[in-house]
Amino acid sequence: MSDVTAETAAPAPPTGLKRLWKSIGLLRESYVGMFGAVLVCFWVFIAVFVDLLPLQDPLAQTRGAQMLPMLTADAKDVMHWMGTDDRGRDMLARLMYGARVVLFWSVLATVVAYSIGMIMGVTAGYRGGWWDEIISFIGNVFLAFPQIVLLLVIITAFGPSSQLGIWMTNELGLDKTLVSGSLIIIAITFSTAPQVARIVRGIVLDLKTRDYIAAAEVRGESPLYIMLVELLPNARGPLIVDACLRLGYVIITIALLGFLSLGLPPPDPDWGKMISDGRQWGYNGLNMMLWPALAISSLVLGLNLLADGLREISLRD
Amino acid sequence: MLQLVGKRLVQMILIMITVSVLLFLSFEADKLNVASKVLSQYSTLDQRLIWLENNGYNRPMPVRYFEWVWNAMRGDFGESIQFATPVSKLLKEHLLNTAVLGGLVFFITVSISLVLGVLSGIAEGSSRDRGITVLAVLTTSIPEFASATILVAIFVFWLDWLPGTSPFTNGLNWNDVNQLVLPVMVLVIYNFGYYTRMTRASMAEVMTSQYVRTAILKGLPHGRVIKRHALRNALIAPFTVMILQLNYLLSGVIVTEVFFSYKGFGKLLYEAAMFGDIYVIEACAMVAVFIAVMSQLISDIGYTYLNPRIRFS
Amino acid sequence: MAKQGATVDKDTPVLECKDLSISYYTRAGEIPAVVDFNLKVMPGEAVGIVGESGCGKSTVALAIMQYMGKNGAIVGGELKFMGRDMRTMSEEELRNIRGSRISMVYQEPMASLNPSMLIREQLNEVLIYHEGISDEEATRRSIEMLDAVRLPDPERVMDSYPHQISGGQQQRVVIAMALLSNPQLLLLDEPTTALDVTVEAGVVELIKDISKRFGTSMIYISHNLGLILETCDKIAVMYSGEAVEFGTVKQVFDEMRHPYTRGLFNSIPLPGADRHARPLVPIRGQLPLPHERPRGCNFGPRCDHFRDGLCNVHELHMEPVKGQSGQSVRCVRYQDIDWDKAKPKAVEAETIEFGPTVLQVKNMQKYYEVNDGSIGALLTGKTTRYVKANEKLDFEAREAETVAIVGESGCGKSTFAKVMMGLETATGGEVILNGKEIGNLPVNKRSPQLVGSLQMVFQNPFETLNPSHSVGSQIARVLRKFGVAKDKEEARQKVLELLDLVKLPRDFARRRPRQLSGGQKQRVGIARAFGGEAAVVVADEPVSALDVSVQAAVTGLLTDIQRKRRTTLLFISHDLSVVRYLADRVVVMYLGQIMEQGNTEDIFSPPYHPYTEALLSAVPIADTSIEKKHIVLEGDLPSPMNPPSGCPFQTRCPRKIGAICEQQMPPLKEFGNGHRILCHLDDDVLTSMEPVIAMPGDKAKRGKASAKPATAPSSGRAKAAAAAAALAAMPAPVKEKARPAATPARKKAVAPARKPAAAKKAAAKPAGPVRLKKPESKADDLKLISGVGPKLEQTLNKLGFWHFSQIARWTKKDIAIVDDELSFKGRIERDNWLKQAKALAKKSGR
Repeated sequence: MSDVTAETAAPAPPTGLKRLWKSIGLLRESYVGMFGAVLVCFWVFIAVFVDLLPLQDPLAQTRGAQMLPMLTADAKDVMHWMGTDDRGRDMLARLMYGARVVLFWSVLATVVAYSIGMIMGVTAGYRGGWWDEIISFIGNVFLAFPQIVLLLVIITAFGPSSQLGIWMTNELGLDKTLVSGSLIIIAITFSTAPQVARIVRGIVLDLKTRDYIAAAEVRGESPLYIMLVELLPNARGPLIVDACLRLGYVIITIALLGFLSLGLPPPDPDWGKMISDGRQWGYNGLNMMLWPALAISSLVLGLNLLADGLREISLRD
Repeated sequence: MLQLVGKRLVQMILIMITVSVLLFLSFEADKLNVASKVLSQYSTLDQRLIWLENNGYNRPMPVRYFEWVWNAMRGDFGESIQFATPVSKLLKEHLLNTAVLGGLVFFITVSISLVLGVLSGIAEGSSRDRGITVLAVLTTSIPEFASATILVAIFVFWLDWLPGTSPFTNGLNWNDVNQLVLPVMVLVIYNFGYYTRMTRASMAEVMTSQYVRTAILKGLPHGRVIKRHALRNALIAPFTVMILQLNYLLSGVIVTEVFFSYKGFGKLLYEAAMFGDIYVIEACAMVAVFIAVMSQLISDIGYTYLNPRIRFS
Repeated sequence: MAKQGATVDKDTPVLECKDLSISYYTRAGEIPAVVDFNLKVMPGEAVGIVGESGCGKSTVALAIMQYMGKNGAIVGGELKFMGRDMRTMSEEELRNIRGSRISMVYQEPMASLNPSMLIREQLNEVLIYHEGISDEEATRRSIEMLDAVRLPDPERVMDSYPHQISGGQQQRVVIAMALLSNPQLLLLDEPTTALDVTVEAGVVELIKDISKRFGTSMIYISHNLGLILETCDKIAVMYSGEAVEFGTVKQVFDEMRHPYTRGLFNSIPLPGADRHARPLVPIRGQLPLPHERPRGCNFGPRCDHFRDGLCNVHELHMEPVKGQSGQSVRCVRYQDIDWDKAKPKAVEAETIEFGPTVLQVKNMQKYYEVNDGSIGALLTGKTTRYVKANEKLDFEAREAETVAIVGESGCGKSTFAKVMMGLETATGGEVILNGKEIGNLPVNKRSPQLVGSLQMVFQNPFETLNPSHSVGSQIARVLRKFGVAKDKEEARQKVLELLDLVKLPRDFARRRPRQLSGGQKQRVGIARAFGGEAAVVVADEPVSALDVSVQAAVTGLLTDIQRKRRTTLLFISHDLSVVRYLADRVVVMYLGQIMEQGNTEDIFSPPYHPYTEALLSAVPIADTSIEKKHIVLEGDLPSPMNPPSGCPFQTRCPRKIGAICEQQMPPLKEFGNGHRILCHLDDDVLTSMEPVIAMPGDKAKRGKASAKPATAPSSGRAKAAAAAAALAAMPAPVKEKARPAATPARKKAVAPARKPAAAKKAAAKPAGPVRLKKPESKADDLKLISGVGPKLEQTLNKLGFWHFSQIARWTKKDIAIVDDELSFKGRIERDNWLKQAKALAKKSGR
């Protein structure tokens, strides 16, 4: 029999870097996704290089230059492109440094929540049985709380002003920002990880029925190997899309905590807190509120559009 | 079907029990903390100890827990520290306000998003579809407190059409109905995008299904294909998810209430949290979870009812 | 009802396709799905369209319904229904025709019925909307029709949801729906593919009856030649978007002219023959993608009779076969091919010495516990029930032997495989591999050697490989895991050897699974299974998801390796014809029980178990000379959750003797040579059964029959030579004919009336491209560029582009002009065309 399967010049398999480049190229096809990517890159760039930008000190309070409207210079002839806040701090600088604060904590919180959620979801989906029931039940308990209620409960019960928070600050000598930040991460993990787990579990339940999983089981692979090598890589597509959306949602949550004065302690610039600061001043505070509102919206919009573009592309082939 | 509902009911009760234990442990495990909250932080240790003794806090924790649960089930959540009134009375007033706001928002959001989602889903890939999708993404990207800021800037400061806060000092009445416009608008804008996209996805999927092809190739009029064959199947998933999403809607309601000083459940909870009014927090959390779990149950029953594949098997 | 019968002119074809071309538009451009398709369906006639997946046969069906989706369109030719061009009909007219005069039956009945509507409503609405009758009247007619398609208890079915009835019943409902308003034409798109063999037989019986009873014309689309033979009068064979042969069933089955048709027949197993008398010959290579079709004959690269300079020059057309009225073929060499020489040779029956017994299955049982949480069960305390997936399995397999396990869905064959592989443990009995009990040894307790000696080939080629890892790494993992390869280098070397073994190029090691075709993936799956020096390989329907021509290659490969390595092969299948070709022994299962087992010859000849008899008769056979008994089983497969009492087959058995079948488990009867039958029938009843498949006389006669087509050319060699000469001279006259009109010799070229306008338009643009007055090329030069189909080609021709070398010379201005002219939805990859054109031009030295 001469049935060697003839195969005419098929493209050589691309290497990792090339594949990455190719998928970025693919994103070009989705204008919406591209626009989202540009927005996200803009804010990430700002967050990373904010120190190198010619900005005012975001914490420096200038007397006599409070609540300037945008495009005005103060007495020392320093230009405030976006005006100043109620303590005479430069809005532009605060907005830009705020990007760093927001992105740092939200990315960290998302990574933590995602890791835990993924472990929960993969094991629940693959192992099934009583383990699945327990994980799902725990998830359901936390998902039964409206998210803000859960955040309020966790932060009031264990926050910086609670016994635990006071103990952490006084006895452990931890930085106030660190105490608040880690509490925010814990709170977000409790509310986000179950959702991630639910999604991952669904994907795993679907992938689990594939023959290649049976093939791995039949050759006696360990459950850990199957979960890490056979299952997770095939779930990455929908998970990347979901992570983008999730990050957007975490950013909203952190800003919201700031807005409710439950977030990071002052004076660090925090977009949510900046809005609530402005709110006290009614009409006069409008300039203080609008800029951070636009900043949050544009960053989240960027992430949502990026996720949309990625999904569109992944559905194509 | 009955079996399924029974199973969900049991699960719901288990969740409520777990939540109540968690809440109790979070707030009342540390007795002295309770006393300091009730008597203010300036009270002396002696005062606190006496208060604990007088109020039965020296009994074992399980006893206290069961007493708390038993009272809660009868509607007695204790007395608010901040307002010195029974928590249940506070809750009743505020919940009613929230129900008005939430109900209005839910009704408007669902109406808008079903229409937009179906319009967009039956013409997948068209410019109408793309337009609606982008609009939906755009509005879901603006969190409530940001859109509230922007809307206040436009409608209150610039156009001067609407009031910037919604305190309803005279209680809910028709004369102050313009106070409701902004909160409703904020919530609808933030929430309709998600519902719309879900409806769209479901509709688009159904439109490419083989049974819709069968219906078209049977020679049925377009309207019949959409109304009788596509819509029913396409709306099952969005319907159930929308009810499930009541949970998220409630989150948004809380923020909006705080922003507009609307005297609702959310504002009550927020102020209690800021003040450390633990009995109010506990009660609010229990009520919120109860609403969420109930909505899940309703959504499950609705799903089985709408879906004959589950109903008859 | 008035439109039925009376007005139909016997000479007007019900449907006529003339030079029909259908394309899809994607981001990559125009993809021609069907090209130059001709078909005529006369009243009452049944025409089969046969072809492998991707050949365009379903596209034809949807085009007839005028349902092409957003991105598909008919780009050329005519489509006439009852003499009227359907392409010019309004949406309203089409709606009146669909479902009433042309209706369709689909491949997946479950998906084709609306899950949330009662069958009553889904049936009635056809009548209500097309005939405007009342609901009561419609209900009455629907019930009549359900009765006519032999559905038991039509009233109950009417008030059911689709999921409440079985797959076979669902398909009958779909057929009833299609027949409700007496259509002139019925399209059947693989109507039985999703059904079990014995259920399929019943549906086929029904379909055969339709044209007789209702006078409906039919187009039956299938990949299964045997089904076409049973149901159709005429047949069109499609390959890669074209019809390659057309004729009556008798003509095509007995004297096929196209090498592809011949290849198709040579690659399918016939249950009448065994592997030695008529070895399977696979078709080499694979179906070209629509945009990678070669010039000239699409089958050229895979054809054994390919002649360079003859087959790859012109676009080929269907030509009438000389001396056969009505038969036509798309092949320039059909008269020259000496089929006698090309006929597969009978091979010497190699004798295989079976070794010692490797595998013993003794009274193996596997029960599943099912928790019944219903209130009724809770009250009676019977909350756990047992599903007997396997009951008393008892058989052996020797070294180098192939044992086939045959049965339909729910017979427990997959459960048995799971127990073998250690994914489940047996409830009772023993499974002994080389003297070691493994039935109760889950896979994680087995030693690597044991795991390696017992491997599996899976069913679904698209799921058998992990899409995230390269082919090589997946094979290497197996080698490392079983300790066959000690280090990376050794594993790499062995991977390459294994690829050689399964006849795949070595560079496939670096490929990702998605770059492989289904057959290639299955080969990798085989390489993986044999990587650990397996003693026993379980193959679970390894070829059922593959195209027939590929099936032959994969089964051939599997058995070759198995014999070479003296591995025991357990071949799980529902297809008795495949089994006959490769199995030494056969085990027939039904609802978890072995009904019959024995050597292959014994299974295929009487005495039979009544189930085996029915199974054999249900297999469609693509050979006109074979006669077989028709045994159609009543009803559907019972669910393994609720097996019948007594003999599991009693509910459907045509030979049921009476109460004893319902009450007692039948005894196991020995017929010597390991042939055992589980049945209540008396021995003499069993032994006096007639064979299901009757060969026409002796072997000699059969040989003659298949040699017939070959005699024609050999008797008149001179004539054939003359024909060849005429063919060789053909291009010249064609060109001559083309020259006076100054248009290319292309049937789909611009219509004459539009030419001046096009020219004017071109002239009006001052800075246009270099336009050619006269084509400097032969045919199809533009179509060599992927993304250019007939429609785009036409447009480009209109602009004066005839050859890829022109495209290669495009400037920005040209592109702007072309863009202006091509107003298509979505992005067309012009840049990509340019690249391709440049490459082509470079190759051809222009």
